[in-house]
Amino acid sequence: MGFFTRFLIPNPSPVIYTSMVAIGVTILLIVFGLTHFKKWFYLWSGWLTTVDHKRIGIMYLIAALLMLFRGGVDAVMMRAQLAVPDNKLLDSQHYNEIFSTHGVVMILFMAMPYIMALMNFVVPLQIGARDVAFPRLNAISFWLFFMGAMLFNISFVIGGSPDAGWSSYFPLAGNEFSPHVGTNYYMIAIQIAGIGTLMTGINFLTTILKMRAPGMTFMRLPMFTWSSLVTSVIIIFAFPVLTVALIMGTMDRLFATKFFTITDGGMDMLWANLFWVWGHPEVYILILPAFGLFSEIIPTFSRRNLYGYRSMVASMVFISIYSFFVWTHHFFTMGQAAYVNSIFSITTMVIAIPTGIKIFNWLLTMWRGRIRFTVPMLYSIGFIPLFTIGGVTGVMLAMSAADYQYHNTMFLVAHFHNVIIPGVVFAVLGAATYYWPKMFGFMLNERLGKWAFWFLTIGFCLAFFPMYITGLDGQARRIYTYSESTGFGPWNMVTFIGTVLMAISFFLIVYTVYYSIRHAPKDVGQDPWDARSLEWATHNPVPEYNFAIIPQVNSREAFWDAKYKGVELFKGDYEKIHMPNNSGSPFIMSCIFFVFGFALIFSIWFLAIIGLIGIFTCMALRSFEIDHGHYISVEEIKETEAKYGGVNK
Amino acid sequence: MKIKWVLLAILSAIVNVLSGCERLAVLDPKGPQAQTQANVIWLSIAIMAVIVIIVCAFLVYVLAKYRDSKLPKDYEPPYIEGNHVVESIIVGVPILIVIFFSIVSVISNNKVEATPEEYKGQDPLVIYASTSDWKWHFSYPENDIETVNYLYIPTNRPLEFKLYSFGPITSFWVPQLGGQKYAMSNMVTTLHLAADEAGEMMGRNANFSGKGFAENMFPVEAMSQVKFDDWVKEVKATAKPITAEKFNELLKPGHVGQLTFTGTHLGFSPAPEGENAGHHHGSSNSDANSKGDHMEHDHE
Ligand code: HEM
Ligand SMILES: [Cu+2]
Ligand SMILES: [Cu+2]
Repeated sequence: MGFFTRFLIPNPSPVIYTSMVAIGVTILLIVFGLTHFKKWFYLWSGWLTTVDHKRIGIMYLIAALLMLFRGGVDAVMMRAQLAVPDNKLLDSQHYNEIFSTHGVVMILFMAMPYIMALMNFVVPLQIGARDVAFPRLNAISFWLFFMGAMLFNISFVIGGSPDAGWSSYFPLAGNEFSPHVGTNYYMIAIQIAGIGTLMTGINFLTTILKMRAPGMTFMRLPMFTWSSLVTSVIIIFAFPVLTVALIMGTMDRLFATKFFTITDGGMDMLWANLFWVWGHPEVYILILPAFGLFSEIIPTFSRRNLYGYRSMVASMVFISIYSFFVWTHHFFTMGQAAYVNSIFSITTMVIAIPTGIKIFNWLLTMWRGRIRFTVPMLYSIGFIPLFTIGGVTGVMLAMSAADYQYHNTMFLVAHFHNVIIPGVVFAVLGAATYYWPKMFGFMLNERLGKWAFWFLTIGFCLAFFPMYITGLDGQARRIYTYSESTGFGPWNMVTFIGTVLMAISFFLIVYTVYYSIRHAPKDVGQDPWDARSLEWATHNPVPEYNFAIIPQVNSREAFWDAKYKGVELFKGDYEKIHMPNNSGSPFIMSCIFFVFGFALIFSIWFLAIIGLIGIFTCMALRSFEIDHGHYISVEEIKETEAKYGGVNK
Repeated sequence: MKIKWVLLAILSAIVNVLSGCERLAVLDPKGPQAQTQANVIWLSIAIMAVIVIIVCAFLVYVLAKYRDSKLPKDYEPPYIEGNHVVESIIVGVPILIVIFFSIVSVISNNKVEATPEEYKGQDPLVIYASTSDWKWHFSYPENDIETVNYLYIPTNRPLEFKLYSFGPITSFWVPQLGGQKYAMSNMVTTLHLAADEAGEMMGRNANFSGKGFAENMFPVEAMSQVKFDDWVKEVKATAKPITAEKFNELLKPGHVGQLTFTGTHLGFSPAPEGENAGHHHGSSNSDANSKGDHMEHDHE
């Protein structure tokens, strides 16, 4: 292949040309805007070099929303293609690329960063800390994730996207059956983002173990922090498996090793095993923090403490361990012995028990409470019945004999969307609304938010419930077309309509933000929801150092007790505060990673070597750097506190 | 609040459709294995629906009773840590349900992995079903014939499918006969099925295998043993033999229509079993006797 021909996409279409133009125009507009408003310096010093966990959280949030849009456009295109039998909107290749990138983007570049956004923003505030344990590492994590995501997204216009599904099973994903560079993108981009995630796990584990305010024992940790702790542990155990699997896959594709090939002793099932040894815990990495968020929102808007705190914690710890013992349920049909399937069938069903406990604890938290139907609470209420349906269909799938009939069908697709959308997407949308005033200092419009919620919920039901039916009627997943005689047509049309409603809700959410920026009052106080945990004891927006004085925790709901029982939270006097310095090196190093990844994908070896040298140079420079951070003086603290509407003691 | 009624309405609509006029393929079984699976599915739908209804009912009750606007001004929610009785119920009941389902799962699992009870005594018709991009090759060693992209089977006789692939992982699925199993390149998996009734059914590859995947289907026709034997005779009289060249031609990616041959490709291109095997998974209980033995039986 000539040097340039490999950058061409294998099967161009008008859709792709249009998006190329759109991407080009957007980039030009951004560059023009930044120059026109003289914001380059602000962007660099305020954001690109920041090590502040709150700003990193906000950047994660923006990236996640962008990716939600990208993945959502993919979803609409897929459902439009399937809306009527024998549709000619997309061809097979294009459809395959779309569902593969949709899956990857939604799981790894939308749900993950959205969770990371909330963890970054909330956890240090909840435990009364001034930052995470390793602030600069945190910046590297974010930028590696971001560069991985960008690298993955350019595949659409340079060289072609992966087309072997988000699970990328070999041998289909090997060179023999996927000769163009798509799967290289998959291997390398996910690898880069995954390294960032692994570092986040280490960072948050350390933060929660080491940086808690005095008096915050484990049994006083807020539930979202507990879930983040457990999640960090899962990340630390699961992500190395992904790293290794991706390295092996990359070796097969770039260096002709034979780990997963058909011939020469390769083992295609090894990939499936490694992938799901990571992949199953991964869904708990997403859902446990979501559970944590619901456990913050529901008590606040029920005006009650969380029911069964201890059993909530215990069930989470139990799930985290058990999530590593069920991966085989993703391939009951691979022909292992009946007793193997039986064992994994049972371990899988057992996970339903702790999950059920949590559902009932939330219900019992609302019981005898004082329920306010705010937008975050609506998402939490909608979550309960929908997630229950998703959960019980999960138990149905876990019965291996029956799974022989559900596997690889729309029934499965309906199930996992039924847990992931009410579970994760509702949680992060609700939580973003909940924490919005903390992040940005104003509230999102409630009325518009409710409209968005209803569009999303009704759209969701229309989009996914019919899939249970067509699945049982024999509609396999990942087919790009079907004939009239199958009778799937009407149901798929309903699904398409539901998808459109969900797309409308996305635009409503964006509009809510826009509308609220213009019309919402700018002064909402530090605790607009009358909430219960420590993050609400900070000013709005939160100053750089979070807490002028580190809080003294005496109970599970320290802030609530401070408000209503007169317990003193902030004791003592101001002292100078030590904070880390901003640094450009995480951003620069990640940019080099991007180049390095790009070079590997296209086998441009000299550039790869330069990239590698660049990465090591960055690391070496860092080790010679002397940077002790800086101090914020007492004077400055007093000034800031006064500005935020009085000293908060 | 309204949402609960919407949900209940949807749920009952689903149940109606599932049991209603036009039976869904999986719930309209034509063989014992699919029957077992349909029974398990119905059982789990019923119990799961009860759970969903209980959760929804409790939610509706709580939301109706404890919403802010309906409570007296001075109502302050109590501080409740938990309650041992309540907690034992919400832990105990799910445990019982899971135990029950575990038993059902293990029993049904062993059933679908073995030759169907009803046909235990008979020796099975062995059919090798292999895929290449994007076709199905069905070899009948007992009858010494081979078809491409369509499958004829006799009723009331156990069938033993031997699955493997000449390319990506695929999955052999005939919803009305029973659930699927993977076909992989370096091993053979075994699927035990049987048909009770004559009739035409849909079969397909259910595991994504690239560009031509959507069309990777095959019609299945179940017919009495007599008719089946007639068909075999006719094939033998009319079809051409399969040759190595012809077969290699067929392995190339692409779609072909339905084809019929005498002889099978197993002679010159054996399945990855025995000394050809990449490795073995434990499930197949009759691997050892399969090929050689059955070829000696002669039903004609
Ligand atoms: C906006 C609503 C959404 C719609 C209409 C939608 C639709 C679809 C469709 C049609 C497929 C292809 C199924 C197949 O043939 O295999 C799919 C796959 C998938 N979706 Fe979604 N989706 C949506 C949102 C999401 C979200 C929010 C997530 C994750 C957080 C997600 C994760 C996935 C995954 C992991 C797959 C599997 C991809 C694969 O088959 O390789 N989806 N979705
Ligand atoms: Cu799983
Ligand atoms: Cu195997």
